[in-house]
This record gives sequence, C-alpha cells and structure tokens, in this order.
Amino acid sequence: MSHTAQHEENHGNGEVKKVTIILSVLTIVELILGFWMIGITSEALRLAIKGTIIILMMAKAFYIVAYFMHLKHELKNLIMTIVVPLGLFIWFIIAFLWDGNSFRNLRNTYDPYFKERATIKVEKKAEGHGAGHEAGATHQAAADTTAHANDTMSVENKH
Amino acid sequence: MSTATVETTKSWGGGKSPFNVEYGKLMMWYFLMSDAFTFGAFLISYGTIRFSTNGWPDPNEVFRSFPFAPEGVHAPLVFVSVMTFILIVSSVTMVLAVKAGHEMNKKDVVKYMIWTIIGGIAFLGCQAWEWNHLHHEGAWWGRNPFINADGTASSTNFTNYFFTITGFHGFHVFTGVLINIIMLIMTLLDKFEQRGHYLMIEKAGLYWHFVDLVWVFVFTCFYLV
Repeated sequence: MSHTAQHEENHGNGEVKKVTIILSVLTIVELILGFWMIGITSEALRLAIKGTIIILMMAKAFYIVAYFMHLKHELKNLIMTIVVPLGLFIWFIIAFLWDGNSFRNLRNTYDPYFKERATIKVEKKAEGHGAGHEAGATHQAAADTTAHANDTMSVENKH
Repeated sequence: MSTATVETTKSWGGGKSPFNVEYGKLMMWYFLMSDAFTFGAFLISYGTIRFSTNGWPDPNEVFRSFPFAPEGVHAPLVFVSVMTFILIVSSVTMVLAVKAGHEMNKKDVVKYMIWTIIGGIAFLGCQAWEWNHLHHEGAWWGRNPFINADGTASSTNFTNYFFTITGFHGFHVFTGVLINIIMLIMTLLDKFEQRGHYLMIEKAGLYWHFVDLVWVFVFTCFYLV
C-alpha cells in the first residue's frame, strides 16, 4: 500500500497541473475556432474547422480518461476490455451518419415537397425577451407550424 | 509486483486478479462503459437526424445570452464556455480529492470534495438558468421558435434533442453531486478512516470524471459544430 502511495505521489501533482493546463488550452482553442467560425460562410472552410474541433474534442476526451480517470496507469488487460468494445463507436458513427446523409439525398431527389420546403425562407420571429403576451403568441404560432411539419413528416413516412 | 499480488488477494478473495483493481472499481468502469453507449446512442441519433435534414438552427443564434446581460447584448458561446470551465475545474478538484484519499489525508479530502460539490451545483445552476431562458424564448420539447441558419422553417428536432440530451447529462450531474455529498458525509463520519482506505472516493471520482467527459461531447455537438 505504502509503495502504491509513493508511486501516486511521483506522478501526482505535476501531472494534474499539466493535464489541467492541456485541457484548458484545448478548450480555449476550441472556443477561438468556434468564434472564428461565426463569420465564415465558405462551406469547405466551415467543415474543416468543425473537423478540427472534433479532433480537439477527442484529444480532450483522451486526457480526461487517461489521466483524470487514471486508465493509462491500469493494466493493459483492463484497458482493452474497456476500449475495445467502445471501438464499436467508429462503426456506429460512420454507418448512422452515412445513412442519415443518404436519406436526405434520397428525399431531395425523390420528394419535391421536402426539397421545396428547404428553399422557402420564413420570417425571423420577434425576440421574446420578457414580453410575455407577445412571446406567448409566437409560441403558439411556432407550435402550429411545427405541428404541421410533424403531420407532413408522418405522412411522408407512411409511403 | 509482490505488493500487487498481496493486494489483489485481499480485494478479490481469489488466488489471482487479472486486472489488479478492486472489484467495485472494475464494475464502475463497466457501468461507465455501458453509460457511454447510452450517451453515444443519443448523440449518434442526433447526428443522424441532423445529417438527414436540409437546414438546422445556428447555435450561435440560439445560445447567445448570459445572466445579467443588458438588453440587446448578444454573446454567443460565452455562457457555455463558463459552464465548461466550471466542470473542468470541478474535475480537477475531484482528482485532488482522490489523491488526498490515497495519502489518507482526511482534511484535504473534505476540502476538495466540498469544492467539487460546489462546482457541480454551480454547473446545475447555469444549466437551470439556460433552460429557463430558452423556455421563456418559447423553446421546449415539441416547440422550436428558432429558424434554420439558412432562413428556412425548422422542425422541433433541434429542441427535442437539445433538451433530451442536455437533460440526461444534467441528471447525471445531479446524481453525481448527490454521490459526492454522500462521500463527503461518509468522510466526515470517519467511515473511510475506519476502513483504512478511501477507495469509495476513487469510484465516485470515476463517475464524476465521466460526467465531465460526456459534457466535452455534448458541448461540442450542440454548441460548437
């Protein structure tokens, strides 16, 4: 026990400080990218920034799991029983996002109403800051349009 | 290696442990793995719907308020970054509490557990404020006042997913705070001193870090991309 405690101390404080700084820096970089993205309209560049943010997110996840949750210092067998099943996520993400994308393309190709709806601009609603009655009215309007959207959605699905 | 063998015999009561960790901690890891699949299913479902839709609201238009802001001042990402840092800091204090537990330092365990609990409550407070604010703007399950980024009409998928997933995460934070409070009370009652180890703090710590970990994903998926 004392031996383990000693070991803990050796990679203790310095490591905690280091990982805290890394996590903070990664978060700040993510936020800077997020702010930068606000003014950008180029789809390709937006996609590249989003990809970078997701890579940074994975790095943050790694540091939390490996150092804060201490998984890096466990035996390899234990690490494998946890990390290998989570590897299924690689397939899940590719398969489901691919499927979602394909569904959108199919609907845009074969469902003129779905495509048309994506081109009709709507009025931006008035801001509901504190204005109780007015906000209530917009709620109702929003609820109506969305209910309508849901109806048409269910009709589409029945085909 | 010899110390490890002695310890594992004690922890498992068997001849040899393949993993060299205590039973409860191993099971906590497997619980967290299953919980990761639950959150993963939610987030992948969100992603699939988003990919199958032509338009989606711009998070910078939706999440741009913060408490006590003057009327008309819009600051996208500011409030959520505060929430993110609160959770990271509370994760760090949890690491320090676990470390103090290893050193059998009761005073520090109490101190850092209190900070961790404060962090958790602060996060929940922020989330409650944000939910309340969005509710006042007309957003809730089944209704979405925000239009798509390209100016077209949006569906309720956006708010449904937002409230379900952040709500599920908030529920995890809430239970995490409860667990941490129980750990603090047990520490104050000298339960762990009597047992001779603070391994329970470590297990609570794993859960708390997991909550922070999930927030990293939720934060990125809803607010940034």
